[in-house]
Amino acid sequence: MRLFLSYFIGLIFGLGIVISGMANPAKVLNFFDVAGTWDPSLAFVMGGALIVTFIGYRIVFRRQEPLLGQTFFVPAPKAIDTRLVAGSAVFGIGWGIAGFCPGGALPAIGTGDGRVLMFVGALVAGIFAARFLSRILETRGQPVTA
Amino acid sequence: MTDFTPFQSLFGGSLIGLASVLLMLSMGRIMGATGILAGFLSPASLQDWGWRAAILAGMATGPLAFLLATGSMPAIDVPVSTPMLLIGGFIVGIGVTFGGGCTSGHGVCGNARLSTRSITATITFMIATAITVYIIRHLIGA
Repeated sequence: MRLFLSYFIGLIFGLGIVISGMANPAKVLNFFDVAGTWDPSLAFVMGGALIVTFIGYRIVFRRQEPLLGQTFFVPAPKAIDTRLVAGSAVFGIGWGIAGFCPGGALPAIGTGDGRVLMFVGALVAGIFAARFLSRILETRGQPVTA
Repeated sequence: MTDFTPFQSLFGGSLIGLASVLLMLSMGRIMGATGILAGFLSPASLQDWGWRAAILAGMATGPLAFLLATGSMPAIDVPVSTPMLLIGGFIVGIGVTFGGGCTSGHGVCGNARLSTRSITATITFMIATAITVYIIRHLIGA
């Protein structure tokens, strides 16, 4: 049941990504190219996703627990730190270079396009590199947040 | 040039939102591509790996569902070179790991919860992306 439902939810997400244009780097990069070939479509993707999620979450969080679990796995409120801001800035630089973000690329794997697979391979390598880097920073006794 | 597709993008975005709401309602999880992929790569347990693998499989079926519904595969135009794709992907992997999320986790789910961390992250990566695109396209001219 959990697996079937997860698959179905992933399918809705993946369909939404490809319909919206988020899986298409040309469209994504044009959204950010206000000074050039600007395509404002992505604002509508964000708008649609945010409105539905904002309203839906309010209804869901009236419940004490999810339908198939004991707790809502929601990140605890934490202070804004350098790790968050620097990480997000680095993500933005990579997104601007490649045109894919993780949510856009993962559904696009299903097209079998070799360029998507190359991006996802590099993405996974980057995730493991960041974990390695994070461990080095921690073992040196430096706060990772600095 | 790409066509301005407000209705299609709004509809696709709404489906992304619907998936986010359904995942929170059923499993109590954030629909973040980074978090789901990170947990899939190093799962806490077999059960934890299972739902993540199922979601990723569902995501990857999106293009096929699109093909069945419209008769054509979704357009994927990559206007950047292979080295840029690889370097960009690697940098994205580092950034989302330290930043703790991407466009879906922070940009949709976190912002919908009005999380100040997610709002900060979203503003930061949107500005960084726009500056990067400006530099590459208009200053370097690639």
